[in-house]
Amino acid sequence: MGCVEALNYEILIRGASFKECREYIRSHFPESIDVEPGFKIFDVHTIGVPPIAVGIDGDFVIFPYTKPCHGTFLLRVQDAEEAARLRVLKKGR
Amino acid sequence: MEPDTIAQPPKTALLVLGCPQVPVQTSIALYLVSRLKSAGITPVIAGNKAANTLLVVADPDRHYLGEITDLDRAVAQITEKKRDFDQCFVFIHNDAGISYAATMGVISKATLYVLVYGEHQEDIVQQITFPCIKMAAKAVHNPLPLKKVIDEVAPWAA
Repeated sequence: MGCVEALNYEILIRGASFKECREYIRSHFPESIDVEPGFKIFDVHTIGVPPIAVGIDGDFVIFPYTKPCHGTFLLRVQDAEEAARLRVLKKGR
Repeated sequence: MEPDTIAQPPKTALLVLGCPQVPVQTSIALYLVSRLKSAGITPVIAGNKAANTLLVVADPDRHYLGEITDLDRAVAQITEKKRDFDQCFVFIHNDAGISYAATMGVISKATLYVLVYGEHQEDIVQQITFPCIKMAAKAVHNPLPLKKVIDEVAPWAA
């Protein structure tokens, strides 16, 4: 089980809906990959209505993070390895 | 000679709690736990700290509650195939609740039930397009409208 607090994240959107996050990622970032709920990013299992869009922008990964009382946050985390992993995954599809 | 019967393990149910800001959640969760237990189904509660604590304080001698776990931990265990349930009940009164229900529908093999309540229950129901059994009522402070719907569906008898 991962903890998002261990990440050095930037909040791009807070209190959003899952639809808003998906649309924001697809319209604001050069690359994105659709994943299923439960998909692990940075040791965190993603929560959402499929397909869940995850953005890739250089070394940054942009992904939704949902909490029961606060809705969905769109987080941006710099991590070259995770960005590369997602790119490989996308290429393999 | 009669064939030997193989004892089946008891059925299990996961109750996924939402934010406890709508009062009916705690009441309905205890009610559902009670009905499931009476039917021989083992209920497990998964919620955040506030939602779980509301239940624990309301049932100090554990007449109703059994296992209670952290929501993130439950999601991780199910996703990693370390655990699963026969039934899953997701409490929904906001967008996050829809996300958790959709997630359970993908990661778990359980029969998925959603309990939709609160001021915006009609809007929320329309957004739930994934396969599940819906139980919905405009219940905020009074749990009886939602209890009535649950009793009609009687998921413990499924």
